[in-house]
Amino acid sequence: MSKMHVTTTINGEPVEFLCDPAASMLEVLRGPLGLTGTKEGCGTGDCGACSITLDGRLVCACLMLAVEAEGREIGTIEGMAEGDHLHPLQRKFLEMAALQCGICTPGVLMSARALLEKNPDPTEEEVRFGLAGNLCRCTGYDKIVRAVLETAAEMRGAAR
Amino acid sequence: MHRKRPGGLWRAANGPRGEWTSSMTNIRYLAPQTLEEAVAAFAAAAGAARILAGGTDLLVQMRAGVAKPGTIIDIKKIPEMTAIEDLGGGAFRIGAAVPAAALAEHPTFGKAWPGVLEAISLIGSKQVQGRASPGGNLCNASPAGDSVPAMVAAGAVVTIQGPAGRREMPVEKVPAGPGRTNLAPGEIVVSFTLPARPKGSGDAYLRMIPRTEMDIAVVGCGVNLTMEGGVVTAARVGLGAVAPTVLLVEEAARALIGTRLEEEALEAAAAACRAACRPINDKRGTIAYRIRVAGVLLKRAAAIAARRAGGN
Amino acid sequence: MNDMTNKWIGQRTIRPDGADKVTGRAQYSADYAMPGMIWGKILRSPHAHARIRSIDTSKAEALPGVKAVVTAKDIVDFPVDKSVMLGIQDMRWMCRNVMAREKALFHGHPVAAVAAINEEVAAEACSLIEVDYEVLPHVIEIEDAIRPDAPILHEWNRFEGKPSNITGTMVLRAGDIEKGFAEADIVVERTFRTRPVHQGYIEPHACTVSCAPDGHVTIWSSSQGQFMVRAMTSLLTGIPQSNIRAIPAEIGGGFGGKTIIYLEPVAVMLSKKSGRPVKMVMTREEVQRATGPAPGILATVKMGAKKDGTIVAAEGTFYLQAGALPGAPLRGPVGCSFAAYAIPNVLSVGYEVCSNRSKVAAYRAPGSPQGAFAAECVLDELAEKLGMDPLELRIKNSAKPGDKAIYGPTFGQVTFRETIEAIRNHPHYTAPLERNPRPGVKRGRGVASGFWYNAGGESSVQVNITEDGNVVVTTGHPDVGGSRASIANVVAELLGIEHSRVNVIIGDTMTIGYSNLTGGSRVTFASAMVATASTERVIGQLRERAARIWGIDPEAVKWEDGMALPAGDNAGRFPPLSLAELAARANEMGGPIGTQVQLNTTGADPGFATHCVDVEVDVELGIIRVIRYTAAQDVGRALHPGYVEGQIQGGVVQGIGWALSEEYLYDSKGRVDNPSFLDYRMPVCSDVPMIEPVMLEIPNPKHPQGVRGVGEAPIVPPLAAIANAVHDALGKRFYALPMSPPRVIERLEEAAE
Repeated sequence: MSKMHVTTTINGEPVEFLCDPAASMLEVLRGPLGLTGTKEGCGTGDCGACSITLDGRLVCACLMLAVEAEGREIGTIEGMAEGDHLHPLQRKFLEMAALQCGICTPGVLMSARALLEKNPDPTEEEVRFGLAGNLCRCTGYDKIVRAVLETAAEMRGAAR
Repeated sequence: MHRKRPGGLWRAANGPRGEWTSSMTNIRYLAPQTLEEAVAAFAAAAGAARILAGGTDLLVQMRAGVAKPGTIIDIKKIPEMTAIEDLGGGAFRIGAAVPAAALAEHPTFGKAWPGVLEAISLIGSKQVQGRASPGGNLCNASPAGDSVPAMVAAGAVVTIQGPAGRREMPVEKVPAGPGRTNLAPGEIVVSFTLPARPKGSGDAYLRMIPRTEMDIAVVGCGVNLTMEGGVVTAARVGLGAVAPTVLLVEEAARALIGTRLEEEALEAAAAACRAACRPINDKRGTIAYRIRVAGVLLKRAAAIAARRAGGN
Repeated sequence: MNDMTNKWIGQRTIRPDGADKVTGRAQYSADYAMPGMIWGKILRSPHAHARIRSIDTSKAEALPGVKAVVTAKDIVDFPVDKSVMLGIQDMRWMCRNVMAREKALFHGHPVAAVAAINEEVAAEACSLIEVDYEVLPHVIEIEDAIRPDAPILHEWNRFEGKPSNITGTMVLRAGDIEKGFAEADIVVERTFRTRPVHQGYIEPHACTVSCAPDGHVTIWSSSQGQFMVRAMTSLLTGIPQSNIRAIPAEIGGGFGGKTIIYLEPVAVMLSKKSGRPVKMVMTREEVQRATGPAPGILATVKMGAKKDGTIVAAEGTFYLQAGALPGAPLRGPVGCSFAAYAIPNVLSVGYEVCSNRSKVAAYRAPGSPQGAFAAECVLDELAEKLGMDPLELRIKNSAKPGDKAIYGPTFGQVTFRETIEAIRNHPHYTAPLERNPRPGVKRGRGVASGFWYNAGGESSVQVNITEDGNVVVTTGHPDVGGSRASIANVVAELLGIEHSRVNVIIGDTMTIGYSNLTGGSRVTFASAMVATASTERVIGQLRERAARIWGIDPEAVKWEDGMALPAGDNAGRFPPLSLAELAARANEMGGPIGTQVQLNTTGADPGFATHCVDVEVDVELGIIRVIRYTAAQDVGRALHPGYVEGQIQGGVVQGIGWALSEEYLYDSKGRVDNPSFLDYRMPVCSDVPMIEPVMLEIPNPKHPQGVRGVGEAPIVPPLAAIANAVHDALGKRFYALPMSPPRVIERLEEAAE
């Protein structure tokens, strides 16, 4: 049983770990790296609870081998806030009650941030399709969509 | 009836023992920098290796115990496999491992091939889009793979590299059946070449899924048209999820060529699609339903392709 | 009832657990690890129905890295001839659900379990366990299971003198239905079918347990009740409750499905036998195959009305799946389907049917949505035949205060009518709807109502004042949807202090008094009641302390805006004493300030809801989409409006999935064919529109804050509301769910009725 050594960057910090060649990024994040903010809802890429970024691109951590992180940049929910400054999306979600049990929330926030980075002025439909890869069973999505739209407006206002 | 046998975690009646076992830790992972290395390693593994592009099928299959590769060959470090080249005149070469999101971000690809782009962009969620590739979608050989009907309609040609060298193949010849391709042992799909677009060309891809996203296509239909003066001068139709492989429905194309896409022509093409279907009943759709939908989608996709062709 | 000043109550405050949830810090069931921990895995039956003749675990035990193996021998047996109840759960079935005993009763039924140094070794060990099965014929669907020649799951069970898969019945009646139907001018009778649907919580079941050498057990898991976890684990393992500490993790959704346990007793026995902490996490596949969905129903409902719209008789026959073991929520359809209406003659009969599928578990108003689907569709048809507006028909027949409910008690306040009127008066109901907007597309509008009992039950809360004058509230209920936020609102309001000074945490079984499950729409109702009582007692203590400092009578002290003040000029002139000042002097003035209140809360009155929905149908493909949804419900008082709205919106969208796309599919071997989120199709964000909640705040007089339980009623009306809207669009009624595209096309292609 030979593990592979991986050197990568997670949330801007250098990280090294050993892992099985067949281990998924999700297993390694949650296990040896102790970054349990990324959740496993299904393990097959159908629920988005494990959404992370790989070189800035939104992916499911369960669909990526941990060894693929070599030399790349991984972003997780733990890196979304800056110190004690919540990202506007995180703040809005709390203000607008856009979460109930909260298990899907890290994945939804990662997706929403990726969406707004690509499209700072989305329509409701664009938000809904942009978040279609994130299942939420508690909220019915209404407040999530509103929070993303309002954050987009706020961020556009701040950018001016 | 007595039956005494060892228990696996999830035992299908004929399943092998120990699906999710320590074979995991004996897997080798390689990330070659050149195609030659990749082909050599793939051939040397003699069927015990799997190619890793986006991993959106492979990892799911490994987790389910359906795929148990001895070696995983990650091809994403090979420049040819991740390049998108605009060859001018609408022609493109797309590396087999290009993620869908990269194609969507490309400045000119979507203008030339909106149908192929929308087909690739329908594979899964935004997260899956960040990884899923046309090569993986094709070689996974699911009858329902979204990109394939549009690639077939586009007349895409794949470039393949193997131990015997390089060759080309029309994309519709690659799938052999569910989960099987016509690639020879050791061969890897390297890129897709889409031909130059004559003026007045447009393509479209539609699929039927029960939800608005996230489902495997119940039926997928790609239509590629060239029109001159309102008359169809060239057409190709690809139909997915209605047969063991994606179908190139030549009968449907013939029904459209030379017409102005009048209702009779569309109906004839739709009927050709329905006749070409050999679907199954499964958890995603029934035979009767799939046949009906094939005809409906043909008409709708043709109308969109025509609008796009008219705009060019 | 206290004075509602609206400083915090009714405000959209930030929930106390919020920052942890949006930063990934919050710890859910699978996020925990203990030093020295090993991994548990379950071996599951590959057969839908089989007698277990023997289990040989020797090869598994011999595999290097395996630390313990568990079978049914390690789980306490509850013989089938003696019922032992824990709440509504019968331990005879729970012990067999957690680990198969005589028989494997469904594909995926746990048969053994292994704990090993990692998951791979545990899985390999499972594959080395040799089980001698005698495979038996299986049966899945209700209609097949009640046939005289059906394979019988439980040989000891008799119904009407014969071996049967019907393991329970329930009958409610009023008046004389024969007489009633004889008086009716119009009678409608229809038969309805729904499929099982899963609660669909995104968080799979998981637990980490540690069994120390002295027999003390710590369980770390998410559930809808840590006291249930403790009690059930105790019963199933034989370990005394006082030796078990069940600590509630944050919970990633439950909806009723986590009011029982699957893993904890097995993990505890693995931990006991191995001497190591054990972690077990279900895969999504295991959740879908082997944890309780909500039952499918086969229901026949017949209702009769006079020409003027008075409903004179109603009869319902409800066959509800129980799954592999007895225990279907018969009280749902039998009691709720007609409950909101004053119908003089009613016969409501339920049968629970066992078949070789996983044992059902509670799902938001268990059984009521299925019954409402039938009754509310029949009502719609009745209205159509009477030429009456469907809302008017409901208003005309609404139950009234003082009416005797079909399920027994006399109604106090009944706010059903108000929900119907709220829809009738809502712009949605009268908004123009283009029924044929373009070729191939039709639109329609439908309404339906729903009823749910709600519950009170035991609740404990501690309110403690910290040395620096802030507040820690410890509650006994897991928080599924923001109940901590509501409790913080209540306590801050009553104490008159800044919301941010109130911290709410959830205690475990050793740190807080007994509290009943989070479920039954009761957690805000019950915990707000005890939080109110507790805070009022603390205020009493604070007034006493101030009185002592000032040397006056406590009666002469009032508490306002976070301060003790003399009650009037006669009491004397003293500068106010703030909470912080009193806290600072607590120890010298008599000790820490705080209290615990434990109550068996009562006064939970039912939930009433009426919904209106617009649908759009692509008639060539048979795809139905919801394009507008309005849901009216009496919530009593919305302590935190954001989270009350959220309950309504979430329940509605679950109902949309239930109506349109969710169902269990089985293959010919009795195995679930769609055990993944790919093919078990729950609504995604782009599938649904905004859901407009209309919260009627008619204070519940039996609650100090006016609260009425809200969590469950929202899922009851959508099935019928959507079916009624589809009928409006297509002119065809659907008597089976889900209304998936192939079924819609089939129905459209049928000859007109």
